[in-house]
Amino acid sequence: MVIDTLKCVGCSDCVVACQTENSVPIGYCRDWVTESVSGTYPTIELELKSERCNHCDNAPCVRCCPTGASHIVPGGVVMVTADECIGCGACIESCPYDARYQHPDGYVDKCTFCYHRLEKGQLPACVSVCPTKCMYFGDLDDATSEVSQLLKARKHKVLAPEAGTKPNVYYLI
Amino acid sequence: MQEEIFISGRNIPKIDPNLEIWHFPIALYLFLGGLAAGILFFAALFTILKKEKEAPAAVKYAMIIVPIALSVGLIALLYDLTHKLYVWQLYTTIRIESPMSWGAWVLLVITPLSFLWVFSYFNELLPQWDLKFDFLKKFQTFLIKNRRNMAIVLLPLSLILGIYTGILLSAFNARPLWNNAILGPLFLTSGLSTGAASIILLSKSHFEKNLFSKIDLALIIIELALILHMLMGMYAGSAVQLEALDILFGGEFTVMFFGFVVILGLIFPAVLETAELLGYKLPVAIPALLILMGGFIFRIVMVEAGQITRYLY
Repeated sequence: MVIDTLKCVGCSDCVVACQTENSVPIGYCRDWVTESVSGTYPTIELELKSERCNHCDNAPCVRCCPTGASHIVPGGVVMVTADECIGCGACIESCPYDARYQHPDGYVDKCTFCYHRLEKGQLPACVSVCPTKCMYFGDLDDATSEVSQLLKARKHKVLAPEAGTKPNVYYLI
Repeated sequence: MQEEIFISGRNIPKIDPNLEIWHFPIALYLFLGGLAAGILFFAALFTILKKEKEAPAAVKYAMIIVPIALSVGLIALLYDLTHKLYVWQLYTTIRIESPMSWGAWVLLVITPLSFLWVFSYFNELLPQWDLKFDFLKKFQTFLIKNRRNMAIVLLPLSLILGIYTGILLSAFNARPLWNNAILGPLFLTSGLSTGAASIILLSKSHFEKNLFSKIDLALIIIELALILHMLMGMYAGSAVQLEALDILFGGEFTVMFFGFVVILGLIFPAVLETAELLGYKLPVAIPALLILMGGFIFRIVMVEAGQITRYLY
């Protein structure tokens, strides 16, 4: 996933779309929007970011899961099988992005990149509703895909690269 | 200046503003697991060395604590799970990369063995009770014969259990206070020290009390060195580790850590034990209880403080 921080206006539509699409319990969210301000007046910089699970290549949550409930499906999406999850919380402790939570039903829940939609060839709910079209979704392994082209053309960053997780959500800056 | 806020309103229970996923039950389990590992280690060691007579409390009386501690610890762990009915999933797989997975398997072996061990001493612990059934008597004779074999299995497993309670936390690189390689040995030493303290507490023989006071004193000195080592390592670390260190140096856990763990739980009992070894008459229960208390508060501090520390991005 690639997100253009220069186009994001911080409307939080992605958050609402996710909550609706995935029936996220009230008070919880799988994605969220942050506003970071740096510098002092008058040289001030504002950055808006829609954040979520980074579906890391080197996912610490998958590594520490004692039952294998947290796993990476072919294609790279990190998923949790609710029926295998014992709710120990190890994956929540292991995530440097605090992207996971305990569902009121007990199991651990998180962003799935709307895997049920991807299977039907649709885009994740957050991407499909973004009014400024600042989010792009595609195959980073395919050099001709829109996301790969954007990363080739634009300056970008990932969150907390020093955590060593090899995140897969890129931010254009 | 940099400031970051959530503008979509994020206040997930137990996640924001900082993690509160693991609580008192986990700290209790880490303490009881370490304590059980400590007693098991000494019981197995003295049995393998064929010196059971010299340490009756270690191999007999204190060993009663082990199955109880492990059972209470496991109940605490189960209580802390949020998807309890699926707990059997732990035993459908072995995941080498997950400390919790191999910890669960080690406990599956150690817990029944500790019950069997105590049962093998049934006649000596409760001489007035008669094992009514013949098969129980035969079973006990079988266990007594195999006590040394049990000890050989338990010695490495107790070390794994003790070190695992630390590695469980240190495996999370997202929590900088936990993520240091010294935490495993530190928790092991602390577990051995609390184990030795409970043996001192239950021992009636002067020789054994004296022996375990010496062992405990050495363990306390090693533990203090490891704590110093951990703090120095973080002090020389990256920004996230320096921020984690602030919680212990001037942050909200300073008094808990330095007051109750380092001074009351380690230095003060070490001074008392030294005075005792030099010949002063002191009630031996005081340093032993202080060590147990210090060990427990140490687990609480590490569990609670670790969850406040995080990556800055």
